[in-house]
Amino acid sequence: MANKALKTLTNGLLRENPTMVLVLGMCPTLATTSSAINGMSMGLATTFVLLCSNVVISLLKNLIPDKVRIPAFIVVIASFVTIVQLCMQAYLPDLYASLGLFIPLIVVNCIVLGRAEAFAAKNNAGLSALDGIGMGLGFTLSLTVLGAIRELLGTGKVFDFTIFPDSYGMLLFVLAPGAFIALAYVMALVNKLKK
Amino acid sequence: MAKLKSSLTNMLLSLTLITLVAAGLLAGIYSLTKDTIAATNAAKQQAAIIAVLPQVEGLTIAEPIEAEGITIFKANQGDTFAGAAVKVAENGFGGIFHVMVGFDATGAITGFEVLDHQETPGLGSKMQEWFQNVRTVIGLNPAEANLTVSKDGGDVDAITAATISSRAFLAAVNKAYNAYAEANNAPIAQGVSSASPIEDAETLAADSLAAVEEVAAETAAETAAEAVAEPNVEPAN
Amino acid sequence: MAFFLIFVSAIFVNNVVLSQFLGICPFLGVSKKIDTALGMGAAVTFVLVVATIITYLMQMLLVRFGLEFLQTIVFILVIAALVQMIEIILKKVSPSLYQALGVFLPLITTNCCVLGVAIQVAGANYKTCGAEPSLLIGTWYAFCTALGFALALVLFAGIREQLELTDTPKAMKGTPVALLTAGLLAMAFMGFSGVVG
Repeated sequence: MANKALKTLTNGLLRENPTMVLVLGMCPTLATTSSAINGMSMGLATTFVLLCSNVVISLLKNLIPDKVRIPAFIVVIASFVTIVQLCMQAYLPDLYASLGLFIPLIVVNCIVLGRAEAFAAKNNAGLSALDGIGMGLGFTLSLTVLGAIRELLGTGKVFDFTIFPDSYGMLLFVLAPGAFIALAYVMALVNKLKK
Repeated sequence: MAKLKSSLTNMLLSLTLITLVAAGLLAGIYSLTKDTIAATNAAKQQAAIIAVLPQVEGLTIAEPIEAEGITIFKANQGDTFAGAAVKVAENGFGGIFHVMVGFDATGAITGFEVLDHQETPGLGSKMQEWFQNVRTVIGLNPAEANLTVSKDGGDVDAITAATISSRAFLAAVNKAYNAYAEANNAPIAQGVSSASPIEDAETLAADSLAAVEEVAAETAAETAAEAVAEPNVEPAN
Repeated sequence: MAFFLIFVSAIFVNNVVLSQFLGICPFLGVSKKIDTALGMGAAVTFVLVVATIITYLMQMLLVRFGLEFLQTIVFILVIAALVQMIEIILKKVSPSLYQALGVFLPLITTNCCVLGVAIQVAGANYKTCGAEPSLLIGTWYAFCTALGFALALVLFAGIREQLELTDTPKAMKGTPVALLTAGLLAMAFMGFSGVVG
């Protein structure tokens, strides 16, 4: 039992990493990783939604008839997204401003609905919570790494800590094309290491 | 407990119930965070007002005056008028952005704060740093210096590779100054440029208006001139 | 004039996929063939325009009753219901169109460019190129954005059809090389920046 719990937790972290292996949730992955801190915050916000929605959906799974399960799941997820939105507006206004549109868009992040459908609707609340945390942290890990790489190459900083002077930075990596290119190479590296 | 069947009553009941609970929960959280959100926004605005106004003791900030999307916060030191902070919106390269610009009693810029923007990271986003430290506009009086980019014949160099953002920023400053001038009977800004082509018609109208008003304003300016300190104009480049 | 500027801005300068990062999932998922890309583009255009109009009116209602905090939940439900409805109506009214677009419709609910654009338009937080935000301008913006999405999708599908035949390193096969291509495409689209705001 403990073994299964541990496996559920670590599953999302590496072996089934949502961004690098399952290729889900690409929009926030590309859009919010212009710096390491933005990537990490987006990851943590998603983790919170994923954890809560997984637990609630797993508790409610017998009360929701099959045919209306998708709208029901969406309502649950959207509620938690709104909670994150309101709390961030109140306590972290600067972060909210920089992540902007992509906070409400957690609703349509395929990872959240995907896990609700594939895991929470079939397992008990405890395991679903672990799955939510594991997947969420896996997502956070990828976003932070990608954010750090782009921030370093683009501006010479990581978490606002200067590694080399700004003027040597390749601005391209902070802009849109750099997001695609950086993610392409990170993903290729993961593919290579997996074998 | 067995899974509920997908009968019409069950489906309606469960969806309605979930939606109601969700709406109730959100209403609760909303009322809990509402005041904090308002307070956070107000504190942020207050901080920006203080940051851009002249740094003197004992400022009292009057109730904001709002007109056409521009908000003016007048500040008094005791009974004398000490300056004003003006919040404006302008169309930049990446969309609307907001700036708070501070002026002292003579109309010289005492500071500014870019409140939010969607300019290109690393280029247009340098507005705050560039116009504060590199090619500073602080200390300039928009009625005396031509606050447009040098490419358009103005006195200020644009941010490298971000002319549109720079134009928009300076247009915002001029807009803020003109609102300030209107409220204080000061001469209108010299550089009236606009970043977005659509507003050009408006600008042209403003230009011709400015020409007419300039004559009238000159007399007014002369009487006010004794209050005007030596312009602190730095040659831009 | 504003209409033309929005047209250029939404399709080329601020392309929804290549510079705003909305709708990446279908962009990577449904872009292996030009035919399917065209179908998806058409379906998204249709849903996006209708969804924008309805959510815009919904937002007016929400603001009227002080319920702005329900925005996310209401919008996503409207979009989900709308997609379902369009599917049913198409099936009845135009079976041929349903055949062409049907398979893409369920995928659109979770296409973040629909919800994203709806939120942008409802909050008047989009590039209006100087025009006053309104229902008409918002709808036009949504339509142009969708065209931009379709253009990016079709271009990308064209490249990927060729890419299939090339000899790529093993680790780069599949998504990585597709992302790299998208990066180059995004770079090409960056050339439009500065044309209009």
